Amino acid sequence: MAATTPALTFAALMLPFLAALLAPMLSRLMGHRAALVLALAPALACLHFLSFLPEIAAGESATGGYVWVPSFNLSFSWFLDGLSLTFALLITGIGTLIVLYSGAYMKGHPQQGRFLAFILFFMGAMLGLVVSDSFLMLFVYWELTSIASFLLIGFDHDRAEARRAALQALVVTGGGGLALLAGLVLLWNVTGITQLSLLLHSGLPLSASPQYFAILLLVLAGCFTKSAQFPFHFWLPNAMQAPTPVSAYLHSATMVKAGVYLLMRLQPVLGDTPAWEILLPFFGGITLISGALLGLRQTDLKMMLAYTTMASLGLMVMLTGFGSDHAIEAAVLYLIAHSLFKGALFMVAGAIDHETGTREISKLGGLRKAMPVTFAAAALAALSMAGLPLFFGFLAKEEIYLALVDGNPRAIFFLCLAVIGNALMGALALAIGFKPFLGPNRPDLGPVHEGPWGLWLGPVVLALLGLLAGVFSGTAHQYFSTPMASAVLHENTVIDISTVPHLGLPLLLSVLTLILAGLVLLQLETARGLMRRLFDALGPGPDRGFDHAVQGLIRLSVVLTRILQPGRLEIYVTATFILLALTLLVPPFLFNEFPAMPAFPQTVALHEWVFLGIAVIGVAAVLRAADRLTAIVALGIQGFAIAVLFLLFGAPDLSFTQFMVETLSVVILALVMTRLRLTPSDHRPLLQRLFDGTIALACGTGFTLLLLKSVETPFDNALTDFFNAYSKVIAHGANVVNVIIVDFRGVDTLGEIAVVMITGLAVLALVRVRAGTKTELGAGGAKRTATAIPIGKTAAKAPTTKAPQAKPSTGRPDR
Amino acid sequence: MNTIILRTVAPVVTALTLLFSVFVLLRGHNEPGGGFIGGLIAVSGLAIYGIAFGTGAVRRALRFHPMAIAGAGLLIAMLSGLVSIFAGVPFMTGLWITPSLFGTDIPLSTVISFDVGVYLVVLGAITSIVLALEQEPGPEFPAPALRGTTSRRAETAAFAREGAPDPVTKKKRRKSGGKR
Repeated sequence: MAATTPALTFAALMLPFLAALLAPMLSRLMGHRAALVLALAPALACLHFLSFLPEIAAGESATGGYVWVPSFNLSFSWFLDGLSLTFALLITGIGTLIVLYSGAYMKGHPQQGRFLAFILFFMGAMLGLVVSDSFLMLFVYWELTSIASFLLIGFDHDRAEARRAALQALVVTGGGGLALLAGLVLLWNVTGITQLSLLLHSGLPLSASPQYFAILLLVLAGCFTKSAQFPFHFWLPNAMQAPTPVSAYLHSATMVKAGVYLLMRLQPVLGDTPAWEILLPFFGGITLISGALLGLRQTDLKMMLAYTTMASLGLMVMLTGFGSDHAIEAAVLYLIAHSLFKGALFMVAGAIDHETGTREISKLGGLRKAMPVTFAAAALAALSMAGLPLFFGFLAKEEIYLALVDGNPRAIFFLCLAVIGNALMGALALAIGFKPFLGPNRPDLGPVHEGPWGLWLGPVVLALLGLLAGVFSGTAHQYFSTPMASAVLHENTVIDISTVPHLGLPLLLSVLTLILAGLVLLQLETARGLMRRLFDALGPGPDRGFDHAVQGLIRLSVVLTRILQPGRLEIYVTATFILLALTLLVPPFLFNEFPAMPAFPQTVALHEWVFLGIAVIGVAAVLRAADRLTAIVALGIQGFAIAVLFLLFGAPDLSFTQFMVETLSVVILALVMTRLRLTPSDHRPLLQRLFDGTIALACGTGFTLLLLKSVETPFDNALTDFFNAYSKVIAHGANVVNVIIVDFRGVDTLGEIAVVMITGLAVLALVRVRAGTKTELGAGGAKRTATAIPIGKTAAKAPTTKAPQAKPSTGRPDR
Repeated sequence: MNTIILRTVAPVVTALTLLFSVFVLLRGHNEPGGGFIGGLIAVSGLAIYGIAFGTGAVRRALRFHPMAIAGAGLLIAMLSGLVSIFAGVPFMTGLWITPSLFGTDIPLSTVISFDVGVYLVVLGAITSIVLALEQEPGPEFPAPALRGTTSRRAETAAFAREGAPDPVTKKKRRKSGGKR
């Protein structure tokens, strides 16, 4: 059976990425028809995952994977159970429809290939996220979805709002991703487990761990940002800057559910604690109500849908954290129902926009004749969202009320929230599903007709699925809801709620919700005005806060840079050396680790005395030098003397290098001096000299102590012996030093020469930048401009010069 | 130092230094020497040439931009490491062949070509730094507005890195000086 072959599963996971690579080329070759070919990728993956269904429905789970970095216990491994399989099917199934839809929606767009590539890239990332078994893989895919979302929101990168929204989404979800990483690492530290499947089976009492609360908060930070929970919800409405297929796919059906997915996944491990059952319902409830209220305010179809998505996510989080089995089952049912109807409604909104050119609900009406198929899909999806009997949405709502009907005040409170939220969402759903199609014809819309089949196929299929799943609820439960709920609860459970209305409090509440929804729908205009006034009175929300935070960060970094980088070389050098002296001197004082007085050798040969003497004279000459050039050369004398000492003590290679380094330092230092345009001699005031001298002495003393201390420790000959023994035998070289450099430690050397080269490039760039800025400054004064122009003229005549320098007043040469 | 002695001796000294640097590079495997030190010696030779004739002369003599030389060196070093892939051994494993030329065995190895790469990187990068610093802000760079012109000129005379039969630089300096 296909399900047992890991290679196929791996191929299915990689297929969307492969298709993403091919998308630009195919689009260039085939235009919008490329989507037909590309849709094969998710379709095939979907078929592959469908083959797992019988196995999973029987209550089993499938794992597989490849070892990645065995030394770190890392693997590329997947874990398929009811939860991840349902998600995988939603992603690939809706993904197929979305790719087809995108082909029609973006037809003729010059960047269609890029768009399809991004969508498929996202699909691969999202698919990887939900099937990941290892924490690291989960995190990598989690961040990949954020990046894909960034690229897609900012797809129209010519518009400033799109760029802002993209960046905002990336900052919020990417930041949350980092928190999640910390949470996962902590989880790994506490349990020693790096795989979700093992973690679930281990049954460790994590809630007893002292780190539990930290883990919980970090994981929640990741999930809440991803799933747009209050107070991180603001990025989701802004993300509607993306083209509609993106909103339908990422920002309603799949990506925003990643947070809910992870919460459900970790529910058996982190759940069932007071903290879990307070935080999740609390934030979920706020998100539900605020999302629904904010949605009322909108007149743009996409924005209305965006806020109901936010509300729905809040509802799912609330149910996941409520703490009863029925609540989890309700969350599962609602999640599936939501993916179906919300994906369909978004695609309908896109189709309307595509055909009429507007998404303003007040400008739309009477489209039922012109777009009958779209209308049918919209109506079915809206009815499912409103929760009418027969539809899958109805089952979800019944289960929600069933879960929340309980005597205690907490349940009653959340029940009220659920009823209000559902009623408001129902009203919005009906408004979106019916308002544009009913009523008199709007001649101002011009001639409108049904879109191409790609535009209505997706909504129709999803809406019909929502209906069929409700009618044949037994099958749907057997293959999807029951395994998924069992996986979330990590114990076997059976969902058997059917669409036949059964009398009871839940049904009553459903009817109440519908009546409320109807009332709001009738008074939608009034409600909209009311909400506008309410939210205007509340003042700016976290969206504005985000802007302030970003601006504040920029201002802070400017201030910090001014403090830390004042631009005066003396300050940098002084700070560096003070710090160096402190690093060298403070630890010995703190730990009382001073070296013993070294024993002087009995006899020091005369020539050794001579070279020591030369070194000392060199240093003295540096101090006494009348001008800088002399000082530099004197420093060279001291360096040469040291090089000779190296030679005397048997380190010819070191000595050689020291000679060359000293020579070149003198040359380079002298050159730098000319560039810096200092006065030839040193005119520091006495106090400054004393201060600088003290720092120099402290550094020198520190290094002396450090060296003495390190030669005190007995010398370990292991390495010396090794290299002496093997240098000739293995590496065919007698010069041990060089053999180490080019052979034993060749990779180090490779890195080092790369650094040498980068340093060279950096110096080159610095010298040029400096030359450029000087001109800019110089051009400011009239007199200097006068000086600069003749040079420019000469330069223009010179054969080697390029044009820009002929007009120095423009400043920086463009090279 | 625009003296006749230096300008007479410099080409010879430079040529000898460069030859010596190659010698040091090649003997490095068995006796003191190697790519790093060889490269540094070569740079000092080029520096002498630059002091005598100006940076333009050095650049012309090098033919390639020093950074290009450094880049080529890095590439050679990298490729020397990659050869081992074809032998099925880990990256950077030294491989030796000893072809016989006119009866003499010549040991060749990826280690030596790696060392040549090191030599070229050091030669190119440091020469590039030296030349960039040595160069008068002339045609290659836009002229900076000069502050304290006199002291600067005195200093330039003192440090006199510009022997410069380089016509472009000379002309520029004379002309700008005259107008100032």
